[in-house]
Amino acid sequence: MKLIFEKSKAGRGCDILPSCDVPIVELDDNMKRQKELHLPEISETDISRHYTELMKRTFGVNDGFYPLGSCTMKYNPKINDEMAKLPGFSNIHPLQPASTAQGCLEVMKTTEKYLCEITGMDAISFQPAAGAHGEFTGLLLIRAYHEARKDEKRNKIIVPDSAHGTNPASAAMAGFTVINITSTKDGYVDLEELKKVVGDDTAGFMLTNPNTVGLFDKNILEITEIIHKAGGLNYYDGANLNAIMGIARPGDMGFDVVHLNLHKTFSTPHGGGGPGCGPVGCKESLIKFLPLPRVEEENGVYKLILEREESIGRVKGFYGNFLVVVRALTYILTLGGNGLKYASENAVLNANYMMHKLKDIYKMPFSEPCMHEFVMTVEDLKKEKGVSALDIAKALLDYGIHPPTMYFPLIVHEALMLEPTETESKETLDYVIEILREVYEEAMTNPESLHQCPKKTPIGRPDEVTAARNPVLRYHF
Amino acid sequence: MGTYVPNTREEQQEMLKAIGYSSIDELFSPLPKEVLLQKEVLLPKEELPNRSFHIPEGISEYEVRSKMTKISEKNIVFKSIFRGFGAYNHYIPAIVKQVTSKEEFITAYTPYQAEISQGILQSIFEYQTMICELTGMDVSNASVYDGETAAAEAVLMCVEKKRKKIIISETANPEIIETIRTYCNGLDVQIVIAPGKEGKTDCEVLKTLVDQETSCVLLQQPNYLGQIEDAEEVGKIAKGKDAKYVMSCNPISLGILKTPAEYGADIAVGEGQPLGLPLSFGGPYLGFMAATEKMMRKLPGRIVGETKDSEGRRAYVLTLQAREQHIRREKASSNICSNQALCAMTAAVYLSTMGKQGLEKAATLSMSKAHYLANRLCELEGFDLVYSGAYFNEFVTTCNGNPDHLMKQLEEHCILGGYPLAGKQAGNILWCATEMNTKEEIDELIHIIKEVAKA
Repeated sequence: MKLIFEKSKAGRGCDILPSCDVPIVELDDNMKRQKELHLPEISETDISRHYTELMKRTFGVNDGFYPLGSCTMKYNPKINDEMAKLPGFSNIHPLQPASTAQGCLEVMKTTEKYLCEITGMDAISFQPAAGAHGEFTGLLLIRAYHEARKDEKRNKIIVPDSAHGTNPASAAMAGFTVINITSTKDGYVDLEELKKVVGDDTAGFMLTNPNTVGLFDKNILEITEIIHKAGGLNYYDGANLNAIMGIARPGDMGFDVVHLNLHKTFSTPHGGGGPGCGPVGCKESLIKFLPLPRVEEENGVYKLILEREESIGRVKGFYGNFLVVVRALTYILTLGGNGLKYASENAVLNANYMMHKLKDIYKMPFSEPCMHEFVMTVEDLKKEKGVSALDIAKALLDYGIHPPTMYFPLIVHEALMLEPTETESKETLDYVIEILREVYEEAMTNPESLHQCPKKTPIGRPDEVTAARNPVLRYHF
Repeated sequence: MGTYVPNTREEQQEMLKAIGYSSIDELFSPLPKEVLLQKEVLLPKEELPNRSFHIPEGISEYEVRSKMTKISEKNIVFKSIFRGFGAYNHYIPAIVKQVTSKEEFITAYTPYQAEISQGILQSIFEYQTMICELTGMDVSNASVYDGETAAAEAVLMCVEKKRKKIIISETANPEIIETIRTYCNGLDVQIVIAPGKEGKTDCEVLKTLVDQETSCVLLQQPNYLGQIEDAEEVGKIAKGKDAKYVMSCNPISLGILKTPAEYGADIAVGEGQPLGLPLSFGGPYLGFMAATEKMMRKLPGRIVGETKDSEGRRAYVLTLQAREQHIRREKASSNICSNQALCAMTAAVYLSTMGKQGLEKAATLSMSKAHYLANRLCELEGFDLVYSGAYFNEFVTTCNGNPDHLMKQLEEHCILGGYPLAGKQAGNILWCATEMNTKEEIDELIHIIKEVAKA
């Protein structure tokens, strides 16, 4: 399809702004831009049709099953979006006096209170804009904690090899040295390995639990104790919180800092890659280090705390992706405590159901019952028939199913990671199970055909190597 | 309680039975007993043992709407806004809101599966092109969180083993400076603030600060006081010692003002909120980032590139991924994963709707209204421009009394006046105007200030 620039025609355009009702003031010539500005010259009809065409070449949760593991692609309730569009939220200037933004501050404080209940933390900051940003912020809290205690040789963050790539990347950005530890063959943290690497240089330990293979680490209390005994702090990557809302809380498992992904667990949409919101929660002893400003309430009046000496400072402009918080609060209010628990129960039920119905043909590297997601491996198919996880994923596209997360976690070869979420019905799961079985059958009997997939999508497999080797990153006029 | 779980209790039982379980609780048998929450989730908190989970019972959509609407009504939506300082009240064309409300765009994830994500990928490619056009730079990424984090990522791109000094002009938005400081908390770098003089960067002092160890100089244009900096001179000073030059820009101003590329910048960043995003109490906004081709492989975050598919058709993919966290882990150029994709699309629709003429008009209107506002304010006793240099759509004045007191009075007329500055600038007001402020509105503001002065 054409780019919007290729639909442009000189002289066309939309008439949006009024003429000037005050004397026109222009820049001095030496300040004016010289280079001609190329923007589309296009009618409103064509803009509308252009984006409709793009929409038809986009796959959203509304299009079909989206079991992208670790991304929690649950249904995004429409009421959330409507609430975020209320003029009383969307038209509020961030630098209005607090007395004129009491509603915004109430949203933040109320959501903070509920998320503290859900995570077992004592305070939460909404400033981080995404999960990785939350990790970075949380790690700075850990740094500030040790520094305040003059315990300055603690410069190592321990990360299991099953971790999301953002964990080590965030630790490096926060100035830590990353120590990777291997997992046991059952997919858990290796306690012996952990004991070997902890010491008086341990700043902290980052863990996703349930972990990235979909297992709740049964040794969780021992793990967090090992770290605490060594003088380190425990960081909880909340990417997988959808499994345990109302069932267990990171704060009760020995975690000191958590980040959540409102755009996963709390049903706010991903927007094709963002905006998200990655709030960071912490225990009492770390509150003073949280980013500023903080919202505080006194006798029903909300105010912003702008200064606190020990704070790590701000990690972003203003207060965070506020409208995402509005959506999350709408969701929490709708479901309530019991409803959140019910969501987690069904997320885990759906995942176990799928895993059970597939395990006779697809190999499950970990036999334990899963939490909200599970990992399959097609390593054998690859060896015997030359059909890879990528081939299976691409075959699913032709059935209108979004593929699972591929090749992650790194500790499983030819991995496919499925997270069905609680908002899918049994019929959908049964349909997808059937398709996955058919695709497997096809891989066994006619492996060649899978290399050709997908066939029904707007484009076939793209040449990624050429894209990276000879980067074309913009249209040239 | 509201729920989005489609399966009935009967279906859930059926599924449990299929797996071989008799109850939901069994699903959670792998969890150590000690971490399980108590069941009485609805009891008042004081009646619960330590392991509580106190969130009220869920409510219907109807009730949620009413509750959230009531909360939103506790905020004041001002009918006139004369405040900017990093968040600008520009007109958002209707088509922008409509297009970006399409369910597919809202609910999609990052476009990992290119075959079914061409829509998002192409929209990012078009956005990247428009950002390159606006800034004059060679390459743009797919966005970062906001203008502040864009500035922080940009200065970190410039740090090298032998160049660890980051120089930031004092005239950059204080939130940018604070964010950069935080980003550097754990890193072995030095931050130096170059002082301002008469509302602009003091080039004489800057010359003495830039040396062989300087990684970059960051300048905001127009700066936070509204002044148009002598950005070419600042660039020359940076280049003189082979330091990189980072500029943070207001994207609307780029409709008429010299581009960062024309000023010699190596990296251009900025807050994209003015491009079609509502004020939203500070977010979601949009951090844009563009650079010279030389710095391309140091850019953080997603980048979309053009290629061909198996049948030779034009196609778009996420590319240059060897920079990113999922491949490089602790050696990545940044940890960023989710960005502000939908906000980037919003900016692209905005720029397409406005076109070159429209953007120029938005810029010229904003500048003209600001000058009219400044002239009218200066007619009043006690109000004078603090700086004499050229400005775009923001400027600083003195005040005839306590700025907070004045603002309170304006509030009663549903007007959000300029921002009362603090610190060294205490007593002064930072004003802003955009195409949203009519002559009538400005005249009314002046009238009210006169009345307040009389009283």
